[in-house]
Amino acid sequence: MAAVTSVGETPLAVPARRQAGMQAGRRRRLNLFRYVVFTVFGLFFALPLLAMARFSLEGAKLGTWSLTAWRQITSYTSSEGIPPLISAVEITLELAVITSAVMLVLVVPTMIWIRLRVRWLARAMEFLCLLPLTIPPIVLVVGLGPIYDKIAHLSLSALMLFWVYVILALPYAYRALAAGLSAIDATTLSEAARSLGASWFSVIVRVIVPNMWDAVLNALILTWALVLGEFTVAFFLLYVNLQVELYSISRNTPDAGVIFSTSTASLLFAFVLLLILSYVGRRRRAIRG
Amino acid sequence: MAVAATTRTGARPSWAGRRPSVPPWVGTVPFFGYVAVFLLWPTGIVVYEAFKNPAGRFTLSGITALGNSQVRGFFIGSFKLSLISSLIGAVLGAILAYAVASGNPDGVIRRLYLCVSGVLAQFGGVTLAFAFLVLIGPVGLLFHAGWYFSFPWGITVIYAYFQIPLMVLVFLPAIDGLKVQWREASENLGSSAWQYWRYVGGPLLLPAFLGALLLLFANALSAYATIQAWEDAIPYTVPQQIYTSMSSEVGLANINYADALALGMVVLVAIVMTGYALLQRRAARWLR
Amino acid sequence: MEGLSRRYGTVVALDHLDLTVQPGELVVLLGPSGCGKTTTLRLLAGLEDTDTGSITVGGRDITWLPASKRDMGMVFQAYSLFPHMTVRQNVAFGLRLRRVGAAERDRRAMEMLELVGLTEQANRYPHQLSGGQQQRVALARALAIQPQVLLLDEPLSALDAKVRAQLRDQIRRIQLEVGITTLFVTHDQEEALAIADRVGVMREGRLEQLAPPVEVYSRPATSFVAEFVGLTNRLAGEVQAGQLTVRGCTLPLVDSATPDGLAVALVRPEAVTLASHDAPESGPLVGTVIAVTFLGATSRVTVDLGDATIMAQLPTADATALPAGSRVALTIRPDPVLVSAGSDQAVPLPEEEA
Repeated sequence: MAAVTSVGETPLAVPARRQAGMQAGRRRRLNLFRYVVFTVFGLFFALPLLAMARFSLEGAKLGTWSLTAWRQITSYTSSEGIPPLISAVEITLELAVITSAVMLVLVVPTMIWIRLRVRWLARAMEFLCLLPLTIPPIVLVVGLGPIYDKIAHLSLSALMLFWVYVILALPYAYRALAAGLSAIDATTLSEAARSLGASWFSVIVRVIVPNMWDAVLNALILTWALVLGEFTVAFFLLYVNLQVELYSISRNTPDAGVIFSTSTASLLFAFVLLLILSYVGRRRRAIRG
Repeated sequence: MAVAATTRTGARPSWAGRRPSVPPWVGTVPFFGYVAVFLLWPTGIVVYEAFKNPAGRFTLSGITALGNSQVRGFFIGSFKLSLISSLIGAVLGAILAYAVASGNPDGVIRRLYLCVSGVLAQFGGVTLAFAFLVLIGPVGLLFHAGWYFSFPWGITVIYAYFQIPLMVLVFLPAIDGLKVQWREASENLGSSAWQYWRYVGGPLLLPAFLGALLLLFANALSAYATIQAWEDAIPYTVPQQIYTSMSSEVGLANINYADALALGMVVLVAIVMTGYALLQRRAARWLR
Repeated sequence: MEGLSRRYGTVVALDHLDLTVQPGELVVLLGPSGCGKTTTLRLLAGLEDTDTGSITVGGRDITWLPASKRDMGMVFQAYSLFPHMTVRQNVAFGLRLRRVGAAERDRRAMEMLELVGLTEQANRYPHQLSGGQQQRVALARALAIQPQVLLLDEPLSALDAKVRAQLRDQIRRIQLEVGITTLFVTHDQEEALAIADRVGVMREGRLEQLAPPVEVYSRPATSFVAEFVGLTNRLAGEVQAGQLTVRGCTLPLVDSATPDGLAVALVRPEAVTLASHDAPESGPLVGTVIAVTFLGATSRVTVDLGDATIMAQLPTADATALPAGSRVALTIRPDPVLVSAGSDQAVPLPEEEA
């Protein structure tokens, strides 16, 4: 076999068809596709929102601008003199917090426990967590009547909605959490922790959960989105939350503009909250990174 | 110290100490109990009530009432709308998901679109209907779509608004699961991009896609607020009819009617979800 | 391949690489992570583009040919089998793309499976096979299309040690039987030395040496090669007038133009021998035995010299007389020596194996 010199410095031969590199070409085509897709979908999602915002700023004559509709949000008062919208926002925010807390406490330890010790229940849990997505809230409401009658004895506050909201949030939160859990080797981590003397509680709280932070944050975002946007169940159970309040404002005010300003406001509000939440997540990542 | 590793079945390691043997599944009771009370029981109540008449006696009249042509009309309406909106949502959502997935995994766009999807998948109902009304309704800012109030196409456009993000949320992990080695191996063996998708990528994604489609279908079936806010004069779908019969003052007979309708929906959903579960098993094995 | 370069941002993966592989030859690219060996392979396969240079196969310039049109079979490190197809379908896939008829496809696929010894698993799915079996299927699949070149990207890295050794030999056997030109990438030098016709040691995008295994081992061209391939002792010494003095032993230098001064000698354990059997204290290197590692016919004895640790490869018969803690005197055979780069250090070359 002929021996060949190893390293050689050949003069840089730059082929004229450098641009025709296959992988580079493919990447360029892919990027073009992506930008087209993002633009088209971006437009589709943005336009209705923009239209709504524009309409909310509409003045008495078509084509003019005015902030009346926005001012009316806060000025719409109930008999007590407190703008009911503010209290509805308060209630909804509190609901979001309670729902998230209960949901996490209920779902995360159970998921981890099942993953570590009771694997055969995993499919059952997954199925149950997906079910609320498909059972119409109407059906739930019909069936929940008797139960909520009993709950009314406990408390009449709209905060009691959290019992149901946890269920409604399950499909979204579970998916996010399950993705996070399956990405780490929970079994090995728990075995290591246990061999060092950790109790099961410590394993869950101090070992597994910290490795799932992104997923937890994701689940929180989705839960909040749900609570902020939920209407049907609250309405039919005769509670007042943000969306219900918006709906009743729009039914009661003769002025059309308020409908749009309130809708835009609620969307903006949700967006900002969720962005803040997602930024919290990013900072955590940086600290760990 | 001798250390025995936890076995796959979750047997207690030897160093866990001796305790009275409580079976480990007891730890899952809080969750399953909660779900049983607030999800399964209400559903059970609905199913049960469907078989009762106003006097509280067992009857099949509610069920047989489901057979009449009016009710059939509602189910067909629901079915049509759900099918069309889920197909459109699935295909468009898959394209968008692919665009998101093929980008930088840590990039801004991906995070942005995921957040947006999470929010928009929720925002239906009153707000959404209003937004579209303003955009393409009778005094629409963009233009007036004559078909806006038509069923099912007008309302489908609105449904797409939350179906597509839901698809992205559900389908994205599947696309992520496509290993780059498969693409490279396929190319190395001589396939074009089209052949790759036809023989490898497509078949692998198919179970996940169909599963997501079913999920979207069930989601559309159960949607109420959006379509009600869109046009509340005539009920087209089963959820709308349930509402109508529940809030009607014409007498209690309608409660059982509503329950029977609800039962019909539950059955439909159960079928769909079983299909979904079966598909998921196949998809999970390949794309994990 | 000539003058291949590849940059990723500020990272230079390949720096004007030249490499020629003879027909039927098995060349192993060996080196640490990030040295560019995998990049070279992927450039050849067409999975990456080169910034400069050209690639020629069988006289044809394929530099700009897309991956799917290059006639090469590739075996990846892991996960490359299509999970939704059976073993048989996986192997036949390339043939199917080439529109080979079903019967012929099946025949060829089974032929390949027989070659790798997996005919019984033909109807199984990849997830039902072990890692080693999966890689064998991948090999069969790559060979089924009868490519001009076979490319293997660390195919054994994800496997257990025992399976690795078996599969390595099997791959070599098959390669010789089929007579296909092969490029094999690995970071395991034992693997490289065991199966290669020639070994190309790479570092930071450049080829340090390209030669048959024996030569790479016994006549490393650079100190990096000497240290990467096989075990090496590093001993402080001093260079004077083209000779290196290490702890009283004077050794000739490979590169007689090495400048004078302090240097680090690279000495193979085989070059370190017992100074004498009877007088443990009389010898240039005197120390206490720390450990003896039994390797079969020879044993590796690790000795603490006080200010340094040295490894000697001695016949087991001699090594058994040296339990841990005993004193021993060693010396270095006077063979030409290499110096460690980056600090002007001399490296002694081990004696040429016959």
